[in-house]
Amino acid sequence: MKSTNGGKLIVLEPVTRIEGHAKVTLFLNDEGCVKQARMHVIEFRGFERFVQGRPYWEMPVLVQRLCGICPVSHHLAAAKAVDRIVGGENLTPTAEKMRRLMHYGQMFQSHALHFFHLVSPDLLFGFDADPAIRNVIGVAKKYPDLAVQGVMMRKYGQEIIKATAGKKIHGTGAIPGGINKNLSVEERDVFLRDIDKMLDWAQSALKIAKDYTAENLDRLASFGSFPSNHLSLVREDGALDLYHGNLRAIDAEGNKILDQVDYANYLDFIAEEVRPWSYMKFPFIKSVGPEDGWYRVGPLARLNNCDFIDTPIAEKERKEFVKLGNGKPINVTMAYHWARMVELVHAAEKIKELLNDPDLQGDDLVAKGKRRREGIGLIEAPRGTLFHHYKVDENDQVVMANLIVSTTHNNEPMNRAVQKVAEEYLDGKEITEGLLNHIEVAIRAYDPCLSCATHALGRMPLLVELMDAEGNIINRKTRD
Amino acid sequence: MEKPKVATTSLAGCFGCHMSLLDIDDRILKLIQLVDFDKSPVDDIKKFSGDCLVGLIEGGCANEENVEVLRQFRRHCSILIAVGDCAIMGGLPAMRNGIPLQECLDEAYRNGPSVYNPSGRVPNADELPLILNRVYPCSEVVKIDYHLPGCPPPADTLWEAVVALLNGKPLNLPYELIKYD
Ligand code: SF4
Repeated sequence: MKSTNGGKLIVLEPVTRIEGHAKVTLFLNDEGCVKQARMHVIEFRGFERFVQGRPYWEMPVLVQRLCGICPVSHHLAAAKAVDRIVGGENLTPTAEKMRRLMHYGQMFQSHALHFFHLVSPDLLFGFDADPAIRNVIGVAKKYPDLAVQGVMMRKYGQEIIKATAGKKIHGTGAIPGGINKNLSVEERDVFLRDIDKMLDWAQSALKIAKDYTAENLDRLASFGSFPSNHLSLVREDGALDLYHGNLRAIDAEGNKILDQVDYANYLDFIAEEVRPWSYMKFPFIKSVGPEDGWYRVGPLARLNNCDFIDTPIAEKERKEFVKLGNGKPINVTMAYHWARMVELVHAAEKIKELLNDPDLQGDDLVAKGKRRREGIGLIEAPRGTLFHHYKVDENDQVVMANLIVSTTHNNEPMNRAVQKVAEEYLDGKEITEGLLNHIEVAIRAYDPCLSCATHALGRMPLLVELMDAEGNIINRKTRD
Repeated sequence: MEKPKVATTSLAGCFGCHMSLLDIDDRILKLIQLVDFDKSPVDDIKKFSGDCLVGLIEGGCANEENVEVLRQFRRHCSILIAVGDCAIMGGLPAMRNGIPLQECLDEAYRNGPSVYNPSGRVPNADELPLILNRVYPCSEVVKIDYHLPGCPPPADTLWEAVVALLNGKPLNLPYELIKYD
């Protein structure tokens, strides 16, 4: 705890240590207005160092243990990097489609989980509702049908992951240069039976998010919002592609900063700043610099960046969504939820398309080519662009590993969102329940997976501290 | 009759064990009939409201905060279960145990190819809890009553274990539920 030199200390509750992971400090200026907000990420793992010395083929199964919420993303990003090490990056059609199926299954379950388990309580009960009921168990009690849909959608995605990766969490399906199984006709038929129902449910979830945004637009437009750059992968023709593509970045006005950049050159374009108060780094686009080069990633950035979506229902929905920006990128933080649901529908459409593709029953599973010493793999994970980069020596041992995970890219934006909300809702020197609620809602829009960067489900424990201009804590509050 | 209470937490884990618990799918609706969830990321309750019958722990102890939370769980729960390899033996994060902590920090915050760190400082502000010299299994910190292995243990394993415990029955896990990749 900070020392309290000077006599400015007003309240210092004897707080039990909260369950860690995220903690917010608000710094006031001399006038008592919010000068800066800091969201501290307090867990450190050390993956970059301790995977050194391990054989490269372990990376897809090892590094996914960063995160049990989106393990498939790490599994596949690492696999794409090691594909390059074995020279097998031109996957066979069966391997590529099996991996895509796995990935869209992951996208489907993750977006459904976030929406139903984490966000729907805020939307259904209101930001200010009692936290005792504003949770998924509250939803299950009051809206049992909706809760069942949420549970069954997650289950569907998880079953796809199991059929493609071998296991629902921390599977082993992707191997260097390919995949270790195809999809049997029996497995396929089980999924085909339910896919139309999933597509229907996904569209009704989308409708909830859309209607909610439309009804509350006045309030949401400014809520935790700010102009920013946006970064994601796009396909060569500009389409949304969650498995593979090139880097594109746009500024708040929609001007392109990067376009169709081969991600193997990411080090020329992206760097991460270290700040002493958080274990999570702060990425930025080098040409713009650390001050202004930060950006958002994830569903909002992806829909702002892509030119179109190659599945019909999601494309129709995208067109409706982008109207929100009047020809400019959408910088409304709460629009993340709507964008995420457009992707949920897209994922269901893609799953259907893939299930009907006979390549999934092919036998040619692995490609090999010229051995390399280095591999870089990027993917659009549910929460945004995920970077894996490995170097290996002549004994196949990893000598360098660099990981930039999705949530890390959103570090600066989350800090900004908290600051905006605090400016708006901090009244005097008391941290109110209302302020706490609003900070939580703003952070949750980014679906932060601090487990990747560190830990914690989207509904994170929160400790907020208020500091005056001299650095004294004048108020602190935790969510009980 | 009051329902028994269950609390859960994730220490130095990846949340995969919690996700595996969610993979009991629609049985989760049955579970909330059987028990009340107390402090848990599943329901967002952040402080113990009272004593619990069962505490499920994911993850080992990597910093002083993990230790604090684990001790709190021991004080409030009659039965403490270490769920998954991280809680049982440190798991994957314990791969750092053979390496000096400074080297891990240097790699992440000084030497990495995308690092921009003109001051050369590694994060060390007062807000950040002390990192432990190594990752400790839960049983080295407090008494643990049961261990459920797996990374993560399958949903069915978790379900069978919790149900057996609630009914006071012995736990018989078939081979398929304790076989791992
Ligand atoms: S045991 Fe496995 S699934 Fe569970 S927290 Fe550890 S790494 Fe994650």
